[in-house]
Amino acid sequence: MNKIPEFESTKEWYISNFKSFEEQLNGQSKTFLHDIRRDALVKFAELNFPTLREEEWKYTSVSPILKNNFHPVIDLAQITFSKEDLKKFLFPGFDFYLMTFVNGIFNSELSDISGLPNNVVLGSLKELSKSNPGLIKEHLNAYTKIDNSFNALNFIYSTDGAVVIIPDKVVLEKPVQIIYINGTDGSNILSTPHNLIIAGKNSQVSVINNYSGLGENLYFTNAITEIHTDENSIVDYYKVQNENDNSYHIEKLQAHQKKNSIFNHYNFNFGGGIVRNDINSILDDENIETHYYGLYLAKGKQHIDNHTFVDHAKPNCVSNEIYKGILDDDSRGVFNGKIIVRKDAQKTNAYQQNKTILLSKSARIDTKPQLEIFADDVRCTHGATVGHLDDTANFYIRTRGIPDELAKSILIRAFANDIVETVKIEQMREQLNHMIFEHLQRVEIIDSEKSR
Amino acid sequence: MLTIKNLHANVEGKEILKGIDLEINTGEVHAIMGPNGSGKSTLANVLAGNGGYEVTAGEIRFEGKNLLELDPEDRAREGMFLAFQYPVEIPGVSNATFLKTAINEVRKYHGKPELTPKEFLDLMRDKSKILGMDENLISRSVNVGFSGGEKKRNEIFQLLMMNPKLALLDETDSGLDIDALKIVSNGVNIFKNKNNAVLVVTHYQRLLNYIVPDFVHVLYKGKIIKTGTKELALELEDKGYDWIKPDLIEAETA
Repeated sequence: MNKIPEFESTKEWYISNFKSFEEQLNGQSKTFLHDIRRDALVKFAELNFPTLREEEWKYTSVSPILKNNFHPVIDLAQITFSKEDLKKFLFPGFDFYLMTFVNGIFNSELSDISGLPNNVVLGSLKELSKSNPGLIKEHLNAYTKIDNSFNALNFIYSTDGAVVIIPDKVVLEKPVQIIYINGTDGSNILSTPHNLIIAGKNSQVSVINNYSGLGENLYFTNAITEIHTDENSIVDYYKVQNENDNSYHIEKLQAHQKKNSIFNHYNFNFGGGIVRNDINSILDDENIETHYYGLYLAKGKQHIDNHTFVDHAKPNCVSNEIYKGILDDDSRGVFNGKIIVRKDAQKTNAYQQNKTILLSKSARIDTKPQLEIFADDVRCTHGATVGHLDDTANFYIRTRGIPDELAKSILIRAFANDIVETVKIEQMREQLNHMIFEHLQRVEIIDSEKSR
Repeated sequence: MLTIKNLHANVEGKEILKGIDLEINTGEVHAIMGPNGSGKSTLANVLAGNGGYEVTAGEIRFEGKNLLELDPEDRAREGMFLAFQYPVEIPGVSNATFLKTAINEVRKYHGKPELTPKEFLDLMRDKSKILGMDENLISRSVNVGFSGGEKKRNEIFQLLMMNPKLALLDETDSGLDIDALKIVSNGVNIFKNKNNAVLVVTHYQRLLNYIVPDFVHVLYKGKIIKTGTKELALELEDKGYDWIKPDLIEAETA
């Protein structure tokens, strides 16, 4: 007799709920997105939610997420805050285009994309799937597939997301700041943005994807982001995850890179009760560069899992990855860094490093490099360290009259600096440092001078 | 200013200091010399309050206070400063921010207002000039990318900025070429006055040509076995340490 899989009833609920969801979609069920939804539903029915028995989910239990039925959002929520209120969630001090999503649904009133160069598209998936489906149809879903039930769930229930399309030869001077405000509207919201970033040949764009959680409501962000970097393009993508500590956050990011392109992924994780990031790049041509920079900070009972996967498919590419974590209280971190160097990918140069500092006795990290190399002429290095704040350095600082707590903050800042300093938008750096101390609830060390 | 009586200290359970007595008064420069492993750095670290060292017996009084009861930061606020043998690098925190934080913590302890940005800047310009430091260094992260010599010079810069009552210099001369040695020594000599004191810990006599001590103490196997004047340092340079080692002398006379 077959055992009934865990959380079968949760799965059944998401399947049966689709009917009423569909009825509420009205005109939206006529777009090509709906075909994707139906396909995903079939796939979802075949899959089961991941358990600790699966290698990919060995250290991250999703049981708490599955104890609830989260409700998909179709229409824009009532907004109780203004543009002025929005400011505190934004990175200030520089010009940017702004797109705001509330519970995963685009809000044009809280957005500002004025002055956009011709042919550049910044918009909402929901709008564009109706008004200009041709523009996105060839890209959406072209670079990602459904790896697990959560991905399928996004495909089934996603109605919106950010779309950024940069035409060939366009360098977008101002960064795009995309802010997701979650948790505004009651409990058990399922926010399912599906984002698409397309950089044309010789183009350049910088995108900040900022997930912010309000209040203490329980909600679940289950996002998918697809990025395509065409020949000679440069894409800087900043993910700043600052959901509320009760919420759950899962995002799968799939980047697909063409010849001579550069993709920089910056991954800052502060909030979330259970967080899982899958960050995957396919280096599908020659002379590609991929850089992953990650910083994860957790306290209380937070659980942050970063799974990265760099797939070297062709020769002469470079990948470089540095992930650092600071874990306090009973928090847990997971790092799994997978690198595949395929048979064709000669002269690959791949570098990976994971360093974690534990601030308490009960914090824990599970770190695992996973290198699979099938080519013979490659350079791959990796390393992982787990430690505590350095006693000698702490003593040094205290001998200058600086109290222990502040000395620790200085050392935390110094540890995180490797990652923070890689951020190209200078004005973001001090704000990120501020968020580190705010999140860890420690005395802040503000560097009034710009240190180099 | 500083009185050490019968000081015993352990590192990882092993006794390193085995009964040190030392008295330092204002206006004095003392040098502690001795062969490797004699306990010189241990003494400097114990005085500054390094938690890795355990004091098992004895007493240290600093400006009338029981030093052993104070945390490292409070010792610094009371006027003690340790220039490290191996200064620590702090990426992401500029020298300016670090020093401003340090100085203002000490001022706060004494009920004084924080320095204004202008006062701080003037002080920094003034002191960096003494050491011939590039002003750019001020905005660089603490000791990051500094050469060994630059790190030592930065320690003396911090000393001048913080202007303590007692400066402990732990092997400040190690790794310095002659030009850097002169600059660093000049900084210490400018610091020194009749109201403060300096304790130099060094392996070599060389530094004492530039920072001239009033007293030279020889530390051996955790005890001060001889005290003299600056001539003693020259004699040690000339003859080495063997002639004053009590165990060797005993062996010869036996």
